[in-house]
Amino acid sequence: MAVPILKQGPWLIASIQSALTDTDVLRLQDDVMGQVGRYRSRGIIVDVTALDVMDSFVSRSLRGIAHMTRLRGAETVIVGIQPEVAFAMVQLGMKFEDVHTALDLEEGLAFLQSISKESDDGE
Amino acid sequence: MSEAYRVAITTDQDVVTARQRARSMGGELGFTSTDLTLLATAISEVARNITAYAGEGEVRLRVVRGDNGRQGIEVVAQDEGPGIANVELALQDGYTTGGGLGLGLPGARRLVDEFELQTAPGEGTMVRLVKWGRSA
Repeated sequence: MAVPILKQGPWLIASIQSALTDTDVLRLQDDVMGQVGRYRSRGIIVDVTALDVMDSFVSRSLRGIAHMTRLRGAETVIVGIQPEVAFAMVQLGMKFEDVHTALDLEEGLAFLQSISKESDDGE
Repeated sequence: MSEAYRVAITTDQDVVTARQRARSMGGELGFTSTDLTLLATAISEVARNITAYAGEGEVRLRVVRGDNGRQGIEVVAQDEGPGIANVELALQDGYTTGGGLGLGLPGARRLVDEFELQTAPGEGTMVRLVKWGRSA
C-alpha cells in the first residue's frame, strides 16, 4: 500500500498507515525524493507510529531517505518509533544515530522549525 | 486456536503475513507486546533471507510447550536455496553477501531465546527460532 505524503508549507509529511512490504518502502523512497524536488521542500517527516516492526530493511531504507534528502538540502525526521520497536531495533543492532528522530509529529515539526530558523538566522 | 501454521514465502507480502501470523499466535498465548515485536522482527529477518537468497521457501509456526508449563512459539524458516558456505561469517554482525547491513541472522539470534541454523552449500537453509512467553 502506498504511503500518503502531504505537503505542509515547506515540509513533507509521510504518514505510514499500515505494515509495509519491502516494495512499499522502496516506493516511499522514490516518492519522497521526487516530491522534495517538485515542492522544493526543506524538511521531511516520516511518521512510523503505525509500524509494529522496523526490521533491518525498513531501518536501512528510512536511513537512506534521511541521507538522500540531506544531499538535496532537506532534513528528515523519523517520528513515532514505538517503544517495543525501539527495543527490537537496539537488540537487532541497528545503528540509527545519524538520523534525526522525535517522539511524535508535533515534536518533529518543532524540530524542523528550529533548524530552519537557525539556518535563516545564519544568512 | 490452531497451533500450527505454514506460510509459503515467495513475495515480500508473504514476509509480512508470516510475522503477522506469529504475532496473533503469540497474542493468544499472552506474550507481552515487547516479546511479540521481538519475535515479529526476527521472523521478518529470516523470512526476508528466503526471498533475498533462495527466492522461495516457507515459514512454519507452531506452539511449543516447555518445562513448568511455559509456552512458546517455534519458527522454522526453510528454503532449498544456495545455502550458506561460511556459517561463522554469516552469524557475524555486518557480514553480508546480499548488499544489506549484515544484521539479519545475528540480529534475529539476539531477538529470540533459541536459535539454530542448519545449512550447507547447495543444500538449502533451515533456521529454527523459539521465543518463550513469560511464565505465568
